[in-house]
Amino acid sequence: MPASDTPIRNAIEIRNLDFFYGTFKGLKNINLDIAEGKVTAFIGPSGCGKSTLLRTLNRMYSLYPGQRAEGQINLHGQNILDPKQDLNLLRARVGMVFQKPTPFPMSIYDNIAFGVKLYENLSRSEMDERVEWALTKGAIWNEVKDKLGQSGLSLSGGQQQRLCIARTVAVKPSVILLDEPTSALDPISTAKVEELVNELKNDYTVAIVTHNMQQAARVSDYTAYMYLGELIEFGKTDQIFMKPARQETEDYITGRFG
Amino acid sequence: MEKHISSQFDADLTGVSSRVLELGGLVESQTRHAVYSLAQFSSEVANQVIETERQVNTMEVEIDAELASIIARRQPTARDLRLLMAISKITGNLERVGDEADRIARMVKQILEQGNPRNLPSTELRVASDLASALLRKSLDAFARLDVTTALEILKEDDLIDAEFNGFMRKLVTYMMEDPRTISASLDLLFVAKAIERIGDHAKNIAEFVIYVVKGADVRHTALADIESAVK
Repeated sequence: MPASDTPIRNAIEIRNLDFFYGTFKGLKNINLDIAEGKVTAFIGPSGCGKSTLLRTLNRMYSLYPGQRAEGQINLHGQNILDPKQDLNLLRARVGMVFQKPTPFPMSIYDNIAFGVKLYENLSRSEMDERVEWALTKGAIWNEVKDKLGQSGLSLSGGQQQRLCIARTVAVKPSVILLDEPTSALDPISTAKVEELVNELKNDYTVAIVTHNMQQAARVSDYTAYMYLGELIEFGKTDQIFMKPARQETEDYITGRFG
Repeated sequence: MEKHISSQFDADLTGVSSRVLELGGLVESQTRHAVYSLAQFSSEVANQVIETERQVNTMEVEIDAELASIIARRQPTARDLRLLMAISKITGNLERVGDEADRIARMVKQILEQGNPRNLPSTELRVASDLASALLRKSLDAFARLDVTTALEILKEDDLIDAEFNGFMRKLVTYMMEDPRTISASLDLLFVAKAIERIGDHAKNIAEFVIYVVKGADVRHTALADIESAVK
């Protein structure tokens, strides 16, 4: 289902995607374009498949036996569901941030440097620069610049989440997936992360799953509404929240969903 | 319309909608009294109309405050948001209907103060004013029932008031030519006629917002034929 006003470039094109948890079909024939340099939000009730869909975009599901995807997910024209796809490279290109902050039990500096070392061989000064750059992109540099040697676990929840976003940014991905990134955060931290998402889209394509519809309305350019594993409606966020085409979407976003 | 999961949200929306209808009822009776004060040249009724104006203004402010509170608490979307936007605009239009009634009443008082009012063709205005208050009532009905068919009828009927207004203006011109001493009072009546015509326009605006709520199409400044195809 293309958005009403399809941009010229798509970072990701999903075609006839089915997803199975064993025999249970979690996603049913999803067709969707994710526009480059935009924020696309996925909303829908629990169990609708929005997180499942996000997890197919960097094949996070491959870690679990019995889960499989069929169809095509073309990342800049290349089908990432191809069995020959290198998963480590894929996950460097498509980074992911989870619901609960997941800093590594190491220093703030090493939290950033760890992932970079897997893919790049940088000198000490180049690495220093990269760490500062990533922490700045993650909008947390000013808060941690004087304590880079402290444990990442010493930070507050909101800071930990921004550290995780910085860690994702550090390896210079082209797509960033955010799975309920603020559901464990207080409103101020949430606002900071939302502000960050707004800046990230200047350089990255962002896909965000959220239970908070107002968050989807605030941060996204496009919104997809999913229900029971199907894509019900996809369009510009303004249109979805002002005048959705489908009654099911209207009922959900206005809180009439029973 | 299915109910919200939050019954308080439903109660808030119903509450503010009935306040708008209450305001609508008030300005509709204000309009009828204004026209009556003109037909009867009653200074007493004119004063009542001017008194009501304060009540109308207070209600407008209260409704806006309720709207702001609902928006802040509920972050409405889609049809709910359109309804609240429309209510805000409809309230504004109703308040201006009140202003027009007030203007008519003040004009009546002015004509009375100048003396000799009964030689003027004020009864001619009754057709137009009856049409205008009927149209206003109909637009409030269309809003209460969120009825697009009625709203479309109103858009067509507003043309009748415009035609009445033009006819009345021609008569006034003849009248003034026959007896130049009536020019000053005739000009006052012209302003009254204009006020009535504007009340019709406000009813038409309200009808357009009913279409906006139900269909999600903003049909302001749109030709009737295009509106009809947009709401199909």
